[in-house]
Amino acid sequence: MTGRIEITVSVNGLSYTRSAEPRMLLSDFLRHELGFTGTHVGCEHGVCGACTILLDGRSARSCLTLAAQVDGASIETVEGLGSVENLGRVQQAFRDHHGLQCGFCTPGFLMTITDMLRHHPLESEAEIREALSGNICRCTGYEHICNAVRELAKERGALK
Amino acid sequence: MKPASFDYVRAESVEHAVQTLSGADGDGKIIAGGQSLMPMMNFRLVKPSVLVDINRIAGLDRIELRGNRVALGALVRHRMTAEDALIAEHIPVLHHAMKHVAHLTVRNRGTFCGSICHADPAAEMPMMSLLLNGSIHIVSERGKRVLSAGDFFVGSLMTALEPDELVTEIEVDRLPAGTGWAFEEFARRHGDYALAAVAITMDRQNGVATNVRIGLMGVGETPTRMPQLEAMLEGSEVTERTLEEVVDTLRSAIEPNSDLNASADYRRYLAGTLTRRALSDAWLRAREMQS
Repeated sequence: MTGRIEITVSVNGLSYTRSAEPRMLLSDFLRHELGFTGTHVGCEHGVCGACTILLDGRSARSCLTLAAQVDGASIETVEGLGSVENLGRVQQAFRDHHGLQCGFCTPGFLMTITDMLRHHPLESEAEIREALSGNICRCTGYEHICNAVRELAKERGALK
Repeated sequence: MKPASFDYVRAESVEHAVQTLSGADGDGKIIAGGQSLMPMMNFRLVKPSVLVDINRIAGLDRIELRGNRVALGALVRHRMTAEDALIAEHIPVLHHAMKHVAHLTVRNRGTFCGSICHADPAAEMPMMSLLLNGSIHIVSERGKRVLSAGDFFVGSLMTALEPDELVTEIEVDRLPAGTGWAFEEFARRHGDYALAAVAITMDRQNGVATNVRIGLMGVGETPTRMPQLEAMLEGSEVTERTLEEVVDTLRSAIEPNSDLNASADYRRYLAGTLTRRALSDAWLRAREMQS
């Protein structure tokens, strides 16, 4: 059973079937098997947040998830948020507020923020900062990222 | 930074999980949230030959009120514990402690029972299990057993769990309405493991403290209750003077470790300061109970 196992997973609304070793991380599966290289791999032990994706609608570290575990699940990656020609709302807010420099951590931030906007009240500055605290950026600093989230939260209004 | 090879088994039921574990000859591992296990596997500090995934087992994700106890199943994730209305109402000290647990994305996956099985001495769930007289329900092919939290934690990252055993749920005390409580934690950054933390519950009857419980973490190899301090406070009014006596006794009773993050002296001082704050908060929150 250390042989390959078959995995069928929906990524950004399309279904894919591949086989993989049980030990393959979801981050590597997305990048190497399916070509979703927007998911970045930083620390590979769940500290930096660069590899954050949405697993059945909630943010998860793809480096702490096995590909084998997501058989039948629904994944969203940064590629599902928009394209270079047609930025998604969260991406546009990052651009407007200069929320990135080198961009390495950005996909993880965008996915965490997507979870925050869907599920969390975001009523206070403290709540926004706490929710972002699992993602690490080493160049921009967090001020511009917080500005982007504040605008997005205000635009969204109260959580339904 | 990639796990070593293993066999992967998605358990369909608790029976299937323990059967598979038993067949792994002591070299199997359960994965639930994976937020502690996966980093250790990525570093190859842990190299199970069989990984048993319990995430799809139905019915393990429940939080239930059972008389004066609350049960949390093996797939109750930190986010569920933090947002659960039953816990907010009946165990406010746990509800409050959850605010200190990790980060949003980790809380989405990590589980209460997984955290107690990992048994980090500076994590919130092991200490809350001890504070709330947790009983840990364990099953293996050999049968079922229940361990108290006090017997479960035997050292840093060490528990009394045998390699073929699975924790299916934990039951903890609910607090009677009016119980005073407090939780104080200090970490350099929010969501990091605590340098020290304290949780306290107490009732107030005839103007004195009773049923006092004090739990500490981050100051030893396991989370710990402080029975000698609990006894000092039992039947006393909480005043500035009692606080000083308790804090002095605490600081001489604990033997914290020094590490990269803090010296033993710093931790000893910090534990005292957090305890003083928590004691006065718990006392002020407690409402006079009818005997």
